[in-house]
Amino acid sequence: MDDRKELLKVEALETTFFTDGGEIPAVDHIDFSLKEGEILGIVGESGCGKSVTSLSIMGLLPSPPGKITGGKILLDNKDLTKLSEKEMRKVRGKDIAMIFQEPMTSLNPLFTIGNQLTEAILIHHKNWTKKQANARAAKMMKLVGLPRAEELLKEYPHQLSGGMRQRVMIAMALVCDPKVLIADEPTTALDVTIQAQILQLMKELNKRLKTAVMLITHDLGVVAETCERVIVMYSGQVVEEGPVDVIFKDPQHPYTQGLIQSVPDMRHKKDRLYSITGSVPKPGSIKVGCRFAARCEFATKKCIEASPKLYQTSDAHKTRCFLHEGKKVSSNDRAIVESTRT
Amino acid sequence: MTEPLLKVQGLKKYFPIRSGIFGQITGQVKAVDDVSFYVNEGETLGIVGESGCGKSTTGRMLMRLLEPTEGAIEFQGQNLAKLSPFEMRKARRDIQMVFQDPYASLNPRHSIGQILEEPLIVHGIGDAKERKKRVRALLEIVGLSDDHAKRYPHQFSGGQRQRIGIARALMTNPKLIIADEPVSALDVSIQAQVLNLMQDLQKELKLTYIFIAHDLGVVRHISDRVGVMYLGKIVELSESEELYANPLHPYTKGLLSAVPIPDPDFRRQQIIIEGDVPSPSSPPKGCTFHTRCPFKMDICTKSVPQLTEAQHGHSVACHLYNEQANDK
Repeated sequence: MDDRKELLKVEALETTFFTDGGEIPAVDHIDFSLKEGEILGIVGESGCGKSVTSLSIMGLLPSPPGKITGGKILLDNKDLTKLSEKEMRKVRGKDIAMIFQEPMTSLNPLFTIGNQLTEAILIHHKNWTKKQANARAAKMMKLVGLPRAEELLKEYPHQLSGGMRQRVMIAMALVCDPKVLIADEPTTALDVTIQAQILQLMKELNKRLKTAVMLITHDLGVVAETCERVIVMYSGQVVEEGPVDVIFKDPQHPYTQGLIQSVPDMRHKKDRLYSITGSVPKPGSIKVGCRFAARCEFATKKCIEASPKLYQTSDAHKTRCFLHEGKKVSSNDRAIVESTRT
Repeated sequence: MTEPLLKVQGLKKYFPIRSGIFGQITGQVKAVDDVSFYVNEGETLGIVGESGCGKSTTGRMLMRLLEPTEGAIEFQGQNLAKLSPFEMRKARRDIQMVFQDPYASLNPRHSIGQILEEPLIVHGIGDAKERKKRVRALLEIVGLSDDHAKRYPHQFSGGQRQRIGIARALMTNPKLIIADEPVSALDVSIQAQVLNLMQDLQKELKLTYIFIAHDLGVVRHISDRVGVMYLGKIVELSESEELYANPLHPYTKGLLSAVPIPDPDFRRQQIIIEGDVPSPSSPPKGCTFHTRCPFKMDICTKSVPQLTEAQHGHSVACHLYNEQANDK
């Protein structure tokens, strides 16, 4: 089994938005961990809570209305939810960094690229000189494959193309050697040819720098090509978790199965796409029972009356579905599972 | 062979660049540069390309929502590019459009009933009672119910709004529907629903589609023939099976290999296209793709390749294939 250390551990995380319309549980008891040097994919459709999860980890929730109402986020056994804003500021950028979907809105249009890169460096390395910071910035720019790094440092964000801006964002995120990089839909706003470049770069950097990456996306293709392990989210919960090849070959949750089948595959043409009926329920609207039951082909009475747990179906595979509740895990497997828990 | 339903010849759209205090024209953005294609009745022509390639501009010119700079658009024996605004309005009864953003394309202050009735009023079709009946009928066809007519756009989800957009396009019983990125704002599970709906409608109502999108998987799924655009030009045009199995143009090859495939076991040789799309205001000389092309030759920087038939029904604009044709 995998003996890499668990770097980031999220335990029973609960994030709620307090709005005029009532409390909305956007993330509802989520458990997962990120191991050293791995690329973990988090997939789900809009509103499933994948972005809120990442903002909770970064401590960037818009508050009010958002608030972490329960659970722990452990980074090297330090609970991030307990840190003060001042302490959190030391973690952010240094230990965990984030890149966002829209590279244009996440760069400040009034400052040069160099200015923004060295700002990040100088915040965490107070005793560095400007010259040192500049050299480091230029080195990072070269690392992410940007040509004429020194000149680019003097330019403004609007002078760069979308793909180049995303490379700058990656350089900025990695400038302080973070242990964890959270990438929230990093290629969604980019064209496919540019997307391919950026994904290749992220894989390369992950191998070279051993930074663990949490890749949040809605695109199953991106997951299949980049990630080692996947978490599928639906309506604020984890519904399935496992290694990429297992999830794609043997998806167990009906939602994961439906999701995989509804993507038009470029390699062969189907007459008709499989489609999941209905639409995603409003967060918080389903109190009892499986949240997917109303759209599920296999739903039984039990699914509406009781909430399924995340069942371990093999070594590394978990599914939140009653269909897999009775699946026996061999005693050997169970021993491994229990030993990793303690 | 029967005449195609729509035939586009040498379509161009140049946007002027104005600068200085007197607003002199100092340059041109060649958004669409000499595009020709045809669409047969009952088929779906897909147009793919990355942002800024001119695919949406082409779609809008077919509807005359943008005035073409040059070129002919033949539809049912008329040249749409030459019609007066009044005549064009009448012609639009047979060509309708479905837009990308189901949030921005529905008037938030009108009820669904009003939105759907509008095209009938504009074209003077039927009396009030008949119009209401057609609204109800179409809501049912697209999978909504007739009590939805009283509601407003904000009460619907993205997928439902796109169904309303499709119903509105179908109100006047058009022959041709131009769909500009109709599913790109939707989640995959909803996207599959809308694509299936569009296919069902095509069969039932014998519609012809021009389907503009950037998602190559979606385009393959729905199209009979596909045109690939790059910097305002069609670089490859073929039957969709043929195009995906046997892409000829280096850009198409790169584009296809850049699409992530949802199968972790799938291995292929990826051709990663380096660099970015050049600015359409100063496109490279010769073949516009030569700055990023892995198979660049001397001739590519000098002369513009024409879209020519390399194999039966498979046209490509690339010197690699002209050379071969010349040698024979």
